[in-house]
Amino acid sequence: MLTNKVFLKKTKKGSILKIVREHYLRDDISCGSSVCELCQHDDKGPVLEEKLTNLSQKVDQSHYIIPDTNVVLHQIDVLEDLSIQNVIILQTVIEEVRHRSAPAYKRLKDILTNPTKHFYNFANEFNKETYVEREPGEKSNDRNDRAIREAAYWYQQHLKKLESEIDIVLLTNDADNRTKAKEKGLTSFTIHEYVKGLKDNGTLLDKLAHVGTGLVHEKDKVQFPEHLPLNEILRGIKSGKYLQGSFIASRENYLEANVSVKSEDRWIFIQGHMNLNRAVNDDTVAIEMLPEEEWSCPSSLMLEETEEKTDDADIEAEDAKLKQNKVPKDLRQPTGRVVGIIKRNWRQYCGILQQSAIKEATRHLFLPAEKRIPKIRIETRQAKDLSTQRIVVAIDSWPRNSRYPHGHFVRKLGNVGDKDTENEVLLLEHDVPHSNFSEAVLNFLPKMPWTITDEDMKHRTDLRHITVCSVDPPGCTDIDDALHCRPLANGNLEVGVHIADVSHFIRPGNALDKEASNRGTTVYLVDKRIDMVPELLSSNLCSLRCDVDRFAFTVIWEMTHEAEIVNTKFMKSVIESRASLTYGEAQMIIDDPTRNDDIATSLRGLNKLAKILKQKRIDKGALTLASPEIRFNIDSETHDPIDVQAKQLLDTNSMVEEFMLLANISTAQKIHEEFPNCAVLRRHPSPPPSNFDPLIKAALSKGFTMNVSTGKDLADSLNSAVIENDKYFNTMLRIMTTRCMMQAVYFCSGMIPEAEYLHYGLASEIYTHFTSPIRRYSDILVHRLLAVCIGADASYPELLDKHKTQLVCNNLNYRHKMAQYAGRSSVNLHTHLFFKKRVVDEDGYILFVRKNAVQVLIPKYGLEATLYLNTDQRKKGPLFVFNEEENTQTCGGISLHVFDRVIIQISIDRSNVQHLKLQIKLVQPQIPEFSVAPTEDDKSTDDEPPTKKQKLDI
Amino acid sequence: MAGIELLSDQGFRVDGRKANELRRIQCRLGVFTQADGSAYIEQGNTKILAAVYGPHEIRGSRSKALHDKVLVNCQYSMATFSTGERKRRPRGDRKSKEMTMHLQQTFDAAILTSLYPRSQIDIFVEVLQSDGGNYCASVNAATLALIDAGIPLKDYVCACSASFVNDKPIMDISYLEESSGGAELIVATLPKSEQIVFLEMNSRLHEDNLSHVLDMAVKGCKDIHDVLDQAVREHVGEVAAISGLE
Ligand SMILES: [Zn+2]
Repeated sequence: MLTNKVFLKKTKKGSILKIVREHYLRDDISCGSSVCELCQHDDKGPVLEEKLTNLSQKVDQSHYIIPDTNVVLHQIDVLEDLSIQNVIILQTVIEEVRHRSAPAYKRLKDILTNPTKHFYNFANEFNKETYVEREPGEKSNDRNDRAIREAAYWYQQHLKKLESEIDIVLLTNDADNRTKAKEKGLTSFTIHEYVKGLKDNGTLLDKLAHVGTGLVHEKDKVQFPEHLPLNEILRGIKSGKYLQGSFIASRENYLEANVSVKSEDRWIFIQGHMNLNRAVNDDTVAIEMLPEEEWSCPSSLMLEETEEKTDDADIEAEDAKLKQNKVPKDLRQPTGRVVGIIKRNWRQYCGILQQSAIKEATRHLFLPAEKRIPKIRIETRQAKDLSTQRIVVAIDSWPRNSRYPHGHFVRKLGNVGDKDTENEVLLLEHDVPHSNFSEAVLNFLPKMPWTITDEDMKHRTDLRHITVCSVDPPGCTDIDDALHCRPLANGNLEVGVHIADVSHFIRPGNALDKEASNRGTTVYLVDKRIDMVPELLSSNLCSLRCDVDRFAFTVIWEMTHEAEIVNTKFMKSVIESRASLTYGEAQMIIDDPTRNDDIATSLRGLNKLAKILKQKRIDKGALTLASPEIRFNIDSETHDPIDVQAKQLLDTNSMVEEFMLLANISTAQKIHEEFPNCAVLRRHPSPPPSNFDPLIKAALSKGFTMNVSTGKDLADSLNSAVIENDKYFNTMLRIMTTRCMMQAVYFCSGMIPEAEYLHYGLASEIYTHFTSPIRRYSDILVHRLLAVCIGADASYPELLDKHKTQLVCNNLNYRHKMAQYAGRSSVNLHTHLFFKKRVVDEDGYILFVRKNAVQVLIPKYGLEATLYLNTDQRKKGPLFVFNEEENTQTCGGISLHVFDRVIIQISIDRSNVQHLKLQIKLVQPQIPEFSVAPTEDDKSTDDEPPTKKQKLDI
Repeated sequence: MAGIELLSDQGFRVDGRKANELRRIQCRLGVFTQADGSAYIEQGNTKILAAVYGPHEIRGSRSKALHDKVLVNCQYSMATFSTGERKRRPRGDRKSKEMTMHLQQTFDAAILTSLYPRSQIDIFVEVLQSDGGNYCASVNAATLALIDAGIPLKDYVCACSASFVNDKPIMDISYLEESSGGAELIVATLPKSEQIVFLEMNSRLHEDNLSHVLDMAVKGCKDIHDVLDQAVREHVGEVAAISGLE
């Protein structure tokens, strides 16, 4: 059964080594076809069908398709299409794809596991009859092409032997490969020929990727510098000539980007088309530093590339304009230019089609929703249909002589402006997994009706006799936590925090667990919640609702009246909550002197302790940071937002928060003590001092000196920076401080030194998340670790593997960041909907002053908007003068400073129907010709829909 | 994409084997005439030579003699050309000393030692080429050499390694699989009675998975036993034929 074949391989590892690896060739690999009786098929049965569907005019016979590596890499959208079936993916191809593109590899694997697609993975490299040895002097690419042809030939002969009518079609865009295949008697086409020949090719044609220069626009008279070949880049990086980093395009200005350099932990600035040199956001690039006299700095100019007219504008002219701006020496930042691309990180992008002005044209520009992505040129015959739709597009290539990258249409999402479509867009753009839970996942849910068994009670303490209650925002159905507080006989207080026992229902490694782990977090949009776990758990069995028995993971502290912890106990328990309160209700109970029942005393006890705990934390240097949070009141029928209000903070909010923090810290200590190498913790690194520069500068303009050397100093400075008659000043400072902070992240304790565990914002040496397992997967992991600590549950291999845990943490960090962004986008979307029907005048405060704009914060709506100012003399209208030193914009004798209170008028800019934008205009202070008159009434203005006429301007 | 996929979705390992398949084993008994017994074994690219002398009188200091059983003396060494980079010295380093000790323990348990009190048996093992599973191949080679020397054993001693990849146990791991950082379990058994005479574990493995991996290794020992047994029978047949002719 085993044949032995030894081949030689040389690899570099400091010195050159000769590596000898065995390679067994087998004769038991199935061809995977249902017509075959010669091969022994896998247990699951043959994959390739006997009766075939994808008939083409090119091949009148039924056939199996064998694509080569490049076809798989570039045309994965075509392969994913349901009409393409019965495809043989060779091992040679899979391995090449795996080395060259991780996303393509993942998508290929997904297709292979989809039984309706009939894709078969044939291990040709291990098959005795299809293995080919690399000939002396042969390039590895050529060998692989030969291996693919050899395998195709084997299939053809194998099917002939079976006297089957089925043919083999080799798809390759390499002309040489095709010729050689034809010499061998194989049928071979390019993917384009093949798809064009398909009888029902509908949208499939649009999905074809265009690699090369097929779509170059005649008007683009550009010539980007050539990208260096990879080996030259690598040599350059080694010698220090080039730097490697990931490319982050600016959200505000399409001519600027930053590259975070991996080896040096710093940012390099890139400016101008030629220097950006076709890099797209997220790419891994190689850059070369520019000589110091050419260094530049961000122009603090807000530039958006939405206008069609910039399309024809000469790239070189734009670049030349940038060069005119001489940058003063002290403002210069290390600046570089992109010399080559190490790895593209293109994904699929949502956006809209910008229909070409020429009626019959098939080439159009696609405008991505993400501002960091350039426009993409695509070819489609259904432009008319697509013009009102949100669509998904993928980039294929970006040739040197093209102004825009080339791409192809993938699919449509629905009508622009439709709420479901817009939600879909923002979920896709933020990579939020949001499909319904699969059958496989739902199978692992407990069967209803659910009851508590004796077996369940073995490791649990019965706490149903204690008066426990929960306090949450109104309308909360996934109640994670409940609390209690009662006096003890020795005069101390007993405080309990009870957290939903989600890990009891989600067992490690099953489909439900894997799904939750992948989702990482529940995502909250304004009008929608995308659950991490199925609703039966999130809103029922795990949710600690009142008057039902529920499993909980409980932390109980014995505390003195001064909130000193005497001891801490952890246990799995059963509780019965007496009341599900809102923050408001809880506050009323505390404040109501006539109430003296258990719930009231419990809440008052908690409230009193919470205040002491909070004071202690603040004394230690914890920061209280304000960030504008807003809530929409939504019309229950139309789901249109009817009112917006900034979230209010009550005593009870911080009461719950304090105990959650305490539970998290106690848990973090416990699991770290027991599992020093594999505890899941959360850290918040202290920000580098330079992060605080804008804050210090802004505070100084009002005469306050910020001390940022430690968290405690910062907290003190913030507390003392108060202006008597300007209540909002302090809040603004805190909002600015938030912007200086680093991201808090999950990590596995064995991966970094203990000194770096610090949580800066909370001023705690150690921290984790324990209190929201219904909506965060990190908490489920922490529950599992804690359960092992107290002997309530068994450990499992992955839990104790620090590398695997770190991988999970990385995913959680990514998902959390994306969930945050998605939430913010959802608020923006609803803000737009809200103002669609209104024009209002509101108070605002200037947060930042930029070169051609000021950023205004509108506290009532928790909104931040940009007020564009004219600073270009060539343009009409009042001219503003920017003073970089004092950070002001002046016009007609009136200056705008940071922190200034202004009145602005908020409305929606309808000049672009597809991209509604929030627009603000200045009302107060009055600047002649610039400020607008106050709106007479804030009632709805006429609600006429945007006219179609404007669309032609685009 | 970094790293190598040790076990593909289709169940193939890097070298084309399935999870429960051994590498190819080739072996010969009686390769030397000077020694009392000798054998040569190839397990994949791991190639090992073993020679046995004895039982004979104690060499060197008499004080080493044991009054109730035979002294098993092992020596494990690796040829300087056996690895990718040339080794500095063939024996005496920490690893070789440890391996020597392990072999000694293993065969102490398998040889019927009480038959030869106050005598000595020498087992020399030389690794000619190393590609993972050196201990296992050494044990298997030494077993064959002992049989060739006619020394009474309780049973064959067969050794096999196993590892754990993608939540599946894999048998008889190669150097590449060994060095990927996963767990490695090495077992030497007496296949007929399924007794374990030696067990070693490198790196960490969760206890839940231990039994799966152990079963895989024990299964490997049995498979190896079948191959060795076949070789021994063929060898005996040949020897009988030759001596019959004379
Ligand atoms: Zn077949």
